[in-house]
Amino acid sequence: MTGEAARPFPAWSLPTSALEGISISARWPERVTREWAWDGSTGRGVRVCILDSGIEPDHPRVGHVERAVAVEINEDGEARIEDDASGDPCGHGTACAGIVHELAPDASLFSVRVLGAGFKGSGNVLLEGLRWAVSQGFDVVNMSLSTTKREFAALLHELADSAYFRRTVLVASAHNMPVESFPWRFSSVISVGSHELPDPLAFYYNPSPPVEFFARGVDIEVAWTGGGTIRSTGNSFATPHIAGICALILGKHPELTPFELKSVLYLTSLNVVGAS
Amino acid sequence: MTEERLQAAAAAGVLGSEEDYRALLRSIVEVARAIFSARASSVFLLDEEADELVFEAVAGEGAETLVGQRIPSSTGIAGWVLVTRQPLVLEDVSGDPRFSRETAEATGYVPKSLMAVPLLHEERALGVLQVLDRESHFTLSEMDLLGLFANQAAIALDLLQRARKAKAVLEGGEPALAVVARLAALIEERGDESGLRLLEALVDVLRQR
Repeated sequence: MTGEAARPFPAWSLPTSALEGISISARWPERVTREWAWDGSTGRGVRVCILDSGIEPDHPRVGHVERAVAVEINEDGEARIEDDASGDPCGHGTACAGIVHELAPDASLFSVRVLGAGFKGSGNVLLEGLRWAVSQGFDVVNMSLSTTKREFAALLHELADSAYFRRTVLVASAHNMPVESFPWRFSSVISVGSHELPDPLAFYYNPSPPVEFFARGVDIEVAWTGGGTIRSTGNSFATPHIAGICALILGKHPELTPFELKSVLYLTSLNVVGAS
Repeated sequence: MTEERLQAAAAAGVLGSEEDYRALLRSIVEVARAIFSARASSVFLLDEEADELVFEAVAGEGAETLVGQRIPSSTGIAGWVLVTRQPLVLEDVSGDPRFSRETAEATGYVPKSLMAVPLLHEERALGVLQVLDRESHFTLSEMDLLGLFANQAAIALDLLQRARKAKAVLEGGEPALAVVARLAALIEERGDESGLRLLEALVDVLRQR
């Protein structure tokens, strides 16, 4: 997809001679509609990374996974990325991948397993997994997880900003408990909570952030380990709905920056006046 | 003997016993079970040393046998909830053959549905609260209710951990700490100033030697 390097915008200032160079290629209509935003898109060409418990290979509700890696802790306590054939030791990552593919069936799926190496190093594992995902330039990263550790907040914030400027959209689950957790609270990510409606394309903008959008998160039939499905609830399932919708939008409008993409989400939210 | 260790020792003497906090946790899972009309409810405590989750309190099914049993800290559903700090509700887990087998082996009971919520206190993840096989239909307001219970359970777990740490300090082979803790408890019990004045005088005497 279009990367930072492919479009040499002036970085820090805008001399008059460069004015022509910043014309925006997206032809935004006078009124942004859902039809304009993603009609006809299947997410083809969009690379979506699921940072979670892994993805079960060949699950009928998930389909093809381009690559699966895991973050392993070596003997010196350092986190390393390794190719991973162990699938999904929980089921949750498979569920998220299934939701993304249900909405955007032609998006390319990648899995970063950040679970299973023990709780002790889980903060470092999460950071390393996200660092790798950002370095790979994925278009969308689904993060149905968070940390409460303050020591990781600054590093996560840097990574989230770095992703934002590199055109990688981080979609993160919000907390429904009164605790401070990250990265969903950062404004450079798209944070997601749940609503109770059964429509996978129904989402709402929250005019009282920090939670920015509400998507389907209650009583959903999702892919699970063992090739089957289960019914489940949680903000962690609302998040891949927005990630899948982001993949649809980017499939049709690959030039959108994370800021522009979030604006399209806002304009197509069901509670925004003028949205179709 | 650091001040922090002294405080911990004193805490063990005057703030209450481990058994009280265990009773509080039991009461929390019993109320959670009743509120959700559930077949069982349990609290896992994270054992940071062993990097495992331990059944700390159980109400209903498994109450007699599960306390003290251990499971890995970062695999399976409880592990996912702990690591990601995200609550999760699953309706038909018995359809997951691996989950059923592993759970049956560990607990002798396979639930049909479960709600699991992380127990967070300040920035620490202390454990997981589970409610198994509830009767009610799930709504978002139930999730909020579960969050409130989780908050209460997290406070109880934090107190339990503090009590255990203090106890460990007392049992750590420093008899002076045990004496200080007993003195602190006695002064608290008497509720008058004379004991405190006597101790302060003792400090002065010891300093002068």
